[in-house]
Amino acid sequence: MMNNPTGRITQGQFSFLPDLTDDEIRMQVEYGLRKGYAWSVEYTDDPHPRNTYWEMYGMPMFDLQDAAGVLMEMNACRKTFPKHYIRLMAFDSTRGVETIAMSFIVNRPAREPGFVLERQEIEGRSMRYSIRGYGAQQPEGERYGA
Amino acid sequence: MNAPLYRIPGPSTEAATPAESGATQAEAAPAPRTVAQVLASSQVESVMDELDAELIGLKPVKTRIRDIAALLVIDRLRALHQLAAQAPSLHMCFTGNPGTGKTTVALRMAQILHKLGYVRRPQVVSVTRDDLVGQYIGHTAPKTKEVLKKAMGGVLFIDEAYYLYRPENERDYGQEAIEILLQVMENQRDDLVVILAGYRDRMNTFFQSNPGMNSRIAHHIEFPDYAPDELLEISGRMLSAAHYRFGEGAREAFAAYLERRIRQPHFANARSVRNALDRARLRQASRLFADRHRELSADDLSTIAPADILASRVFASVQPAS
Repeated sequence: MMNNPTGRITQGQFSFLPDLTDDEIRMQVEYGLRKGYAWSVEYTDDPHPRNTYWEMYGMPMFDLQDAAGVLMEMNACRKTFPKHYIRLMAFDSTRGVETIAMSFIVNRPAREPGFVLERQEIEGRSMRYSIRGYGAQQPEGERYGA
Repeated sequence: MNAPLYRIPGPSTEAATPAESGATQAEAAPAPRTVAQVLASSQVESVMDELDAELIGLKPVKTRIRDIAALLVIDRLRALHQLAAQAPSLHMCFTGNPGTGKTTVALRMAQILHKLGYVRRPQVVSVTRDDLVGQYIGHTAPKTKEVLKKAMGGVLFIDEAYYLYRPENERDYGQEAIEILLQVMENQRDDLVVILAGYRDRMNTFFQSNPGMNSRIAHHIEFPDYAPDELLEISGRMLSAAHYRFGEGAREAFAAYLERRIRQPHFANARSVRNALDRARLRQASRLFADRHRELSADDLSTIAPADILASRVFASVQPAS
């Protein structure tokens, strides 16, 4: 298992740690809100490393004061997509940043088969590489036993 | 927890640890056993005093807040004996005539509940029907949810709540907003306190058609009309807040004005007082304006004279009560 040593996808913050509990997530969200970030929820069942833009679950949440609203949305998303990857993202609208300041996975499927490394031999014995998720072989919505 | 196997270099760590644990034990030792001890360690008392000092009249409101504060204190004492109880439902409904202070109290409620420790933030999100109900199918739910998420942790104040439900239009989206609201009011009691406000008769109709809403609101508080002397006291406070004061005889003139105005239609309690004072200020301004070459002192500029009040049209049209 060269490309999936932990059996888990490691993208975003905290991904080498055990899954955050809801209370830990709440504290992270509070931290972001105090910094003035706007949180949003995204989900996907194609966690390819180059799949940057996941599907948005609702609108980004501006002007929030408390983490409870974000957690409410997150739990609604977990209920709708229990076997998808779900992440929380914090957008910093400060001039000069205007990009994602925080991002971490809050939901993942029980079994994560990881990726296959495909080698393609081209002219002159050069190699081309690409990776493809085992899960992505099924059509969208049927991956990870969903 | 096991003691760590490593040690951070430096002389202070060894000494600090026993001292620290000693301090926490000393703090925990005199656990409050009487109401007075709890009161001393919380802000409950200052909240009550502030309320009494700053709001005139409004007895039912003050009594209810007192009850809520008392429950908090008793709950702390109960916690010592492991008598855990669920957090009380704090959703409220304020009914009363125009100008009786429903909005003023609601905006204050967040601070009060925050100081009492029932809500996490002293913030109020004040909305009306327009902010909750959408214009087309599928518009209402996201709109309502967005408002709810913004209000989480504090107080959501819905002014003129009866507009949410329009019985004459069966395809009205207000019902959808009410259902989402009810769900959150029930499931996330710790996160959000909802306060509805409106005129009494219209709120009664609203609750009759939405029994679910009625039963989920624990506190129905009725705001009584102000007595004339309370109104006079309110007017004095309004003036001093704007750095004005009644001149000689002006207070009596204003009392005579109120006595006539109360009997007229569309009397809106404190709001009418505010409007009357604003008009008196206008008259005072034009009185001073007419005298171009006079040097005006701060006293002249801040005094409302009886003439400013007696010029009101109410004196011309309404006879004094016999």
